[in-house]
Amino acid sequence: MFEISLFHYLTLAAILFTVGVFGIFLNRKNVIIILMSIELMLLAVNINFVAFSSFLHDLGGQVFTMFILTVAAAEAAIGLAILVTFFRNKGSIAVEDISSLKG
Amino acid sequence: MIGVFAFYLFSFVLLTSAIFVISARNPVYSVLFLILAFFNAAGLFVLLGAEFVAMILVIVYVGAVAVLFLFVVMMLDINFSELRKGCMEYVPLGLILGGVLLAELITLYRAWPPAAIDEGASIDPVASVDNTRALGSILYTDYVFPFQVSGLILLVAMIGAIVLTLRVRPGVLRQKVGAQVSRKTSDILKVEHVSSGKGVDHV
Repeated sequence: MFEISLFHYLTLAAILFTVGVFGIFLNRKNVIIILMSIELMLLAVNINFVAFSSFLHDLGGQVFTMFILTVAAAEAAIGLAILVTFFRNKGSIAVEDISSLKG
Repeated sequence: MIGVFAFYLFSFVLLTSAIFVISARNPVYSVLFLILAFFNAAGLFVLLGAEFVAMILVIVYVGAVAVLFLFVVMMLDINFSELRKGCMEYVPLGLILGGVLLAELITLYRAWPPAAIDEGASIDPVASVDNTRALGSILYTDYVFPFQVSGLILLVAMIGAIVLTLRVRPGVLRQKVGAQVSRKTSDILKVEHVSSGKGVDHV
């Protein structure tokens, strides 16, 4: 009980991931909060990676954490740029209005 | 003992601020709680002996991504109470989905035998003082191709963000450097030879 094992970290990451998934359902219309929920889910994945890296004595997990950080930063930048452009054109960021990109 | 206490403290604040991120009424508070969550995750990474990743997390997320979110939230004039209307109808579905996901993950972690892993405890944070050096030595040898590719991804993201948000408005006076540089004397200056007493017909 008084020793922090890998299971503790995995459970923490699982709860954090679930909070992120639930956040998408809770803020269905607000794209900004949805993007933040995605960031929370990526953070949960990062915690998993670093925990495995630490308990397996393998640095590959931390390297992949850095790659995930890169992709998350790129995703946030592009997503917010799309959001700004969409707001400029439509004057709203409600998700159900984003239906003009019919394929 | 202090490590156990720190783990529970960081996890508690991390999960609490994550819940506040998704449930705060004002998105500015959401961003601020997101920053708090990232700080606590960085603390957990330090506990795990990954100091470099913890510092990168603070610099990249708190210094760049969260500030970017804050800019966008404050820059766009959005009625957020309008966006919250009718959101509650999907909460039961979200609770069911999230509960199923969490139960599956916990069951998986309990059933999965980490026998070989639990033998050795976590890396002693004091012993691995050269975490950054070790990370750098494998990042530039074994993982050099993914490293370059991630740099390319960042470049493409930067160009994409600029292209998406750049707005060329008509009627705004701008310096045209290309036109200025490529201008020649013959385009703008014409020498007229004027005979005496006749004057110039055209200007």
